[in-house]
Amino acid sequence: MPQPIRPVQITAFTATSALGVGKASMVAAAAASRSGLRPNDFGPSPLAGWIGRVEGLEAPLPAPLACWDCRNNRLAWLGLNADGFIEAVHTARRRFGPSRIAVIVGTSTSSIGATEDAYRVLDAEGCFPPALRSTRLHTPHSLGSFVQQALGLEGPSLTISTACSSSAKAFAAAERMLRLGLIDAAVVGGADSLCGSVLFGFNALGLVSPDPCRPFDAARRGINLGEAAGFALLERCRAGAGSERRLQLIGHGESSDAHHMSTPHPHGLGAERALDDALARAGIDADAVDHINLHGTASWKNDEAEARLVARRFRARVHASSTKGLTGHTLGSAGIVEAAFSLLAIETGCMPGTAHSDKLDAACGPQIRLQPAHGEVCVALSHSFGFGGTNCVLAFARGA
Amino acid sequence: MREHVAFVEGIALWTPSLPGWDIARAAFRGEGAGTEPPADRPSPELLPAAERRRASASVGLALEVAARALAQSGRRADELLSVFTSAHGDLAINDYLCRMLVDAPLLISPTKFHNFVHNAASGYWGIATGCLQASTAVSAFECSFAAGLLEALTQCAAEQRAVLLVGYDTCAIGALASTNDSRGLLGAALVIAPQRGLATRASLGWSLAAGANARLPLRSEAARPLADNAMADALPLFEALAWLADSSSSTPSATALSMPLSATLALQLQLHSFEPPGAARQALLINDYHEPDHEPDLAWARRD
Repeated sequence: MPQPIRPVQITAFTATSALGVGKASMVAAAAASRSGLRPNDFGPSPLAGWIGRVEGLEAPLPAPLACWDCRNNRLAWLGLNADGFIEAVHTARRRFGPSRIAVIVGTSTSSIGATEDAYRVLDAEGCFPPALRSTRLHTPHSLGSFVQQALGLEGPSLTISTACSSSAKAFAAAERMLRLGLIDAAVVGGADSLCGSVLFGFNALGLVSPDPCRPFDAARRGINLGEAAGFALLERCRAGAGSERRLQLIGHGESSDAHHMSTPHPHGLGAERALDDALARAGIDADAVDHINLHGTASWKNDEAEARLVARRFRARVHASSTKGLTGHTLGSAGIVEAAFSLLAIETGCMPGTAHSDKLDAACGPQIRLQPAHGEVCVALSHSFGFGGTNCVLAFARGA
Repeated sequence: MREHVAFVEGIALWTPSLPGWDIARAAFRGEGAGTEPPADRPSPELLPAAERRRASASVGLALEVAARALAQSGRRADELLSVFTSAHGDLAINDYLCRMLVDAPLLISPTKFHNFVHNAASGYWGIATGCLQASTAVSAFECSFAAGLLEALTQCAAEQRAVLLVGYDTCAIGALASTNDSRGLLGAALVIAPQRGLATRASLGWSLAAGANARLPLRSEAARPLADNAMADALPLFEALAWLADSSSSTPSATALSMPLSATLALQLQLHSFEPPGAARQALLINDYHEPDHEPDLAWARRD
């Protein structure tokens, strides 16, 4: 078991999804179980189904950032500009200096949408038109490079791409760098935008629901894809006025299923290991947890294994739910979006329900809730699992 | 900044002209030639037959160097954290998906799609070895090996655990070749540990250094043709490792290396060959050490 870690302060955070730009949209939608899903209207020949699409991505990036222009980086830019996040980063930059702040962001497909678009307009030789040739844009680290440049930072810059755990794992990577004193602050989070590869790829796997997704419902039919961007600014905890009320990352756990590329372990073996490690690093046991934002994709196998894990490990009064029915499954961004929901639960007491679901799977215990609720949340967990059998659990609390 | 230390227990490198660390080491020292004709791309022998058929070229390359570095360390796969780093992931699958989206999006292969994730090699490594430990997959464009090494060194120091680092990149094909200049296959792997042990081959002092820097020149004729692969930023470190005194030498050698993480940040490395066997062994009797559980042999890593 890992040793307990010193909590890390979350100085600022934000998320932007189909629910809207910034945190207020998330709280309002969660309190009313108002979904941001809509019929699929993405791309030249959309498949029938539902998606969580973000509005307002038509405008190109500002001129100094134009070389990074693509849907994914526009989404990241929209996300960075919400909730005063950029101002919080600038304050940290003045305090610590640009080389002491890392950028660690997660994405599953980064700018591949721009690559897909270029394949539609190849020249007579089958090459990209010269204006679209950019090695730096058509590569996963496009996101990390863009965010670093947009924020004027010069510390370590890393793009984590572990499918649907990507932006959750960014918190763990940043905490370790802070622990070693390599950096004084980190911008974590990520962006993942809708693109043909994921819409048609998940369709090929038979994992896409024709209806709005119903996580943990006995009649669930699969996932809905969504897009989102979100960020958090992490620092070592500082003493000072109000510090005892600041939000904190108190634990993280990562593991591998070692089972199958696109199917989770049937008994949640890897997921439970990640949970155990997160609790151990937080120095708490499962009974200390008040709220869990579940991975809950509405895929048949994930929800069954995750429901059984929650039923066997948590007390009945835990409020556990999935927000995928609100936002869709935002893939590499799911970790940061759901970390933001978890932090908002601690900050506002708003615990989301499980939108669209009405009859729970028999595997579910009393922990899994369909309706939103309001109450005191001292400790919240966020689950993020992904293709390749990757698992990450994050634990958040308020400073004691 | 305080310097941290890690200990290198396993070193692997694979490219068609230098298919293995012994060949590459000799060639980097100017003591041997590359393989002629070049080797065929490695098949992921660690995987069960069904998974082997599904795995892509990049996964075969990554698992080859992972297994070789691990075998050299003498450790069990299931005790290691792992970091897989690749600038571009599997470029052939990117080309396939982008082509299919134009021509026949409804006919996309589900297997190709799940192999498209950047963490495919990390996932297959778990399936091949049964390792349940944390594994990550990262990318940092032309600094991908250095950034992956920083992540591996950070995990090693923060968690006090041994870490497998695997870097690999493939060749751009199809229309992608007009925008992406990665060529050939290059894989490089290290096993690093937080404490020295009987398998230690070199120590690696490390720290971050801010300030302008430049890409390191390649020293050897053998490394220069590999410079157009996107994982080429690994090569100066592997050249330096090749030049460190080996365990048969009675005089330890040392070298410093500054690996760019960006134009304004570098990973500063201090490499030392491990002490001569006698002195090392004596030190180990005093300090805690890791004793290899297994003979270095690829077969042990396979899960039945």
